Amino acid sequence: MREMAATAPVAEATGITKRFGSTVALHEASIRIEAGQTHALVGRNGAGKSTLVSVLTGLQPPDEGAVRFGGEPAPRPADRDAWRQRVACVYQKSTIIPELTVAENLFLNRHDRGRGGLISWKTVRDRARELLDTWSVDVDVRTLAKELDVERRQFVEIARALSFGARFIVLDEPTAQLDAAAINRLFARINDLQQQGVTFLFISHHLQEVYEICDTVTVFRDARHILTATVDELPRAELVAAMTGEAAAGAGAARRGPSTDAADVLKVDGASLPGAYEDVSFRIRAGEIVGLAGAASSGRIEIAETVVGLRTAARGTVEIAGSRPKPGSVPAALEAGAGFVPQDRHHQGLVPEMSIADNATLTIPERIGRAGFIDGELRDGFARSAIGKLAIKTPGPELPVSGLSGGNQQKVVMARALANDPALLVLINPTAGVDVRSKEFLLGKVEEIAESGTGVLIASDELDDLRLCDRVLVVFQGRVVAETARGWHDHQLVAAMEGVDLDA
Amino acid sequence: MPETTTAAAVTGDSPADGPVGKGPSTGRAGGRRIAFARLRDLALVPAIIVIAVVGQVVNPVFLQADNLINILQTMSEIAVLVLAQTLVLIVKKMDLSLESTVGLAPGVAAWLTVPVGAGHGLGLLPGGWSVPVTLAVGVLIGVLNALFIIRFGLHGFIVTLGMLIVLRGILTGISGGQTFFRLPESMLYLGTTQWFGVPASVWLCLVLFAIGIVVLGFTGFGRSLYAIGGNVDAAKAAGIRTDRVLWIVIVTASLLAALGGLLLSGRLASVASAQGNGYIFTVFAAAVIGGISLNGGKGTMFGAFTGILLLFMIQNVLTLGGVPAQWIGALNGTIILIALALSRVTGGKAQE
Repeated sequence: MREMAATAPVAEATGITKRFGSTVALHEASIRIEAGQTHALVGRNGAGKSTLVSVLTGLQPPDEGAVRFGGEPAPRPADRDAWRQRVACVYQKSTIIPELTVAENLFLNRHDRGRGGLISWKTVRDRARELLDTWSVDVDVRTLAKELDVERRQFVEIARALSFGARFIVLDEPTAQLDAAAINRLFARINDLQQQGVTFLFISHHLQEVYEICDTVTVFRDARHILTATVDELPRAELVAAMTGEAAAGAGAARRGPSTDAADVLKVDGASLPGAYEDVSFRIRAGEIVGLAGAASSGRIEIAETVVGLRTAARGTVEIAGSRPKPGSVPAALEAGAGFVPQDRHHQGLVPEMSIADNATLTIPERIGRAGFIDGELRDGFARSAIGKLAIKTPGPELPVSGLSGGNQQKVVMARALANDPALLVLINPTAGVDVRSKEFLLGKVEEIAESGTGVLIASDELDDLRLCDRVLVVFQGRVVAETARGWHDHQLVAAMEGVDLDA
Repeated sequence: MPETTTAAAVTGDSPADGPVGKGPSTGRAGGRRIAFARLRDLALVPAIIVIAVVGQVVNPVFLQADNLINILQTMSEIAVLVLAQTLVLIVKKMDLSLESTVGLAPGVAAWLTVPVGAGHGLGLLPGGWSVPVTLAVGVLIGVLNALFIIRFGLHGFIVTLGMLIVLRGILTGISGGQTFFRLPESMLYLGTTQWFGVPASVWLCLVLFAIGIVVLGFTGFGRSLYAIGGNVDAAKAAGIRTDRVLWIVIVTASLLAALGGLLLSGRLASVASAQGNGYIFTVFAAAVIGGISLNGGKGTMFGAFTGILLLFMIQNVLTLGGVPAQWIGALNGTIILIALALSRVTGGKAQE
């Protein structure tokens, strides 16, 4: 713990109530963030976290209650400059303009003027370089912002926030799109900045991260503040209980695992794709859950995408349920009996403006109609049963998926993957950006599906996803470097994914 | 352009900057991309040189001063439209009604000032009013467009398509489908005068582009256009008053179109009821060939200028080569499509 309560809190919100129409997004909520701390804000989707962030950053005025910074009342809502000097938020959605250079993004709308009132690009670049150097962000200011990866984009956004004078920064799920190594670098950066007096409010779905880098944690549930405690004094089970409102259940009952004489539903033999993976061979039996672990760039995603025909292996074969689908063809893979949850539901998983019913049945038009015409009744019936089975929270199958929360959207993707009763289910990052409860539910569903005799391949770097696997194959730099049976320790698997040999 | 070109210049002369980017590979790739971005800006320059050489081979008249000035003069009116459309495209909107503004703005001025008896003229205003009326009509059309697009949140494509049809209909209505002749002196001035031996319209066009290059590249206002077209939420977050900028852009575009119409009417000493019809395809094509993205936030004024210049040079070469006038239209369209395909290949990325 660092010096507490000696000075006024960096930011404090008291008695905040915010309504949108009839829904109450925040009910007399409060939060107090002490200087120099890293403060975690956790809660399930819909708990009121995002609303609290927009109140704290001045984007939405609260209906009741007050926000104070360093003991002073917050500026007027219209005074954006004053807000920017006190607080900044790095959102999941980028606020960077892709076609402009990093330098210009940093000083957008406050360019340096040279003679005659014209912009002096040299000064802009010099100042940008100076700014990034100050906070040791190693990025060339002349690169176009669209060339940056998520990690460096976040660093640039943090630097920009600091350049306005803000020393209180909200990070909205900063780790959601990062691989393990990048997360470690981000945490190192957060620690550095904390030493230099920057205060962070850290929003995350991953409790592990909260324990790793945060000093204090605040839990929100159902639009209310539930508790604030120092991380050291709050056991995990209690934290989960505070978030879900019930005592945490123990780990899922041990699965029986596949019977030894089950047939292979997936055979990958000597598959290679230059630049992604090399000489990969493995099998999955009916009813078996196999994990494909590895960092984001390890090649695990490419392997999984090859299995379902999104990519074509240069060499080697893929056999699904006894047949060899045409390589590089998704329809052929689906035909052969594969179901698929793609890496990113926003890009590949869903058509946001289409209804739940349409999205869930995209892959099976032949089952919900005849001769190319779709039978709306049949489709909605199918969707209704999927909504029931996967406990999707929606008034009905006709709602556009864009209206659902992240967890429920992912369930729709899952529903579609299961629509053709697959013999093999391939999941890539199945619980990314999903709240704790939906995650438990989805993983429970996966086990259930495996019990019914489907083989499952989970390509993920999320330990919780991998925990239910019968076997985990670790991919490092395009090769399968290790295989561990159920019952591994976290640190072993993480070390293997990072290519570190703990025994050496 | 200025940002990227100057950036590339820095890449060349300051190796002392030391390693940049996360690793050596990304740093270098970044540098190469910057150089490439700058090349994209000058992408049409080799093509322009090639056409100049071809033109000279086809007919030695091509590179003579008279012919070059002729090219610049015939393209000056439509080039002003390209300039206007470029502004609109960069903020991720589009304005199809520019081509009908070219006809209607001077058409209204002629209608009000041409004396009774000559065609459909009303002779209500003295001739001196014709230029202010032309420009005012342009501003009014821009305000209407902006009202629909910004205030009512309608898509620019459908709004300006409707506006195009309405404006064209109004011109047909007031002119009775005929051509206005005997325009007042002040309307002819810009289209006919020579300054330093070069037509005033050429000077005007070049000066407008020079201003456009400076504004887009070196002023906060110009950069805010790119910010809005690239990511409007980010622009708002950076404190840019996006609606105000959009209003200025849309109204300015219509004003420029009215000016283009004035130049054209002056040069032809008449306002035909079909003046400007069919221009918009050439305008869009020139902008896209010149590297302006239909998705907003991308491209430079210099690129747009090279786009329209290239198209008119090709047209001139065809004429000099003795291609029958009846076939020029078909060839022109084909050439534009080929040029679009080529710019897609050289640009490397799909034009969405």
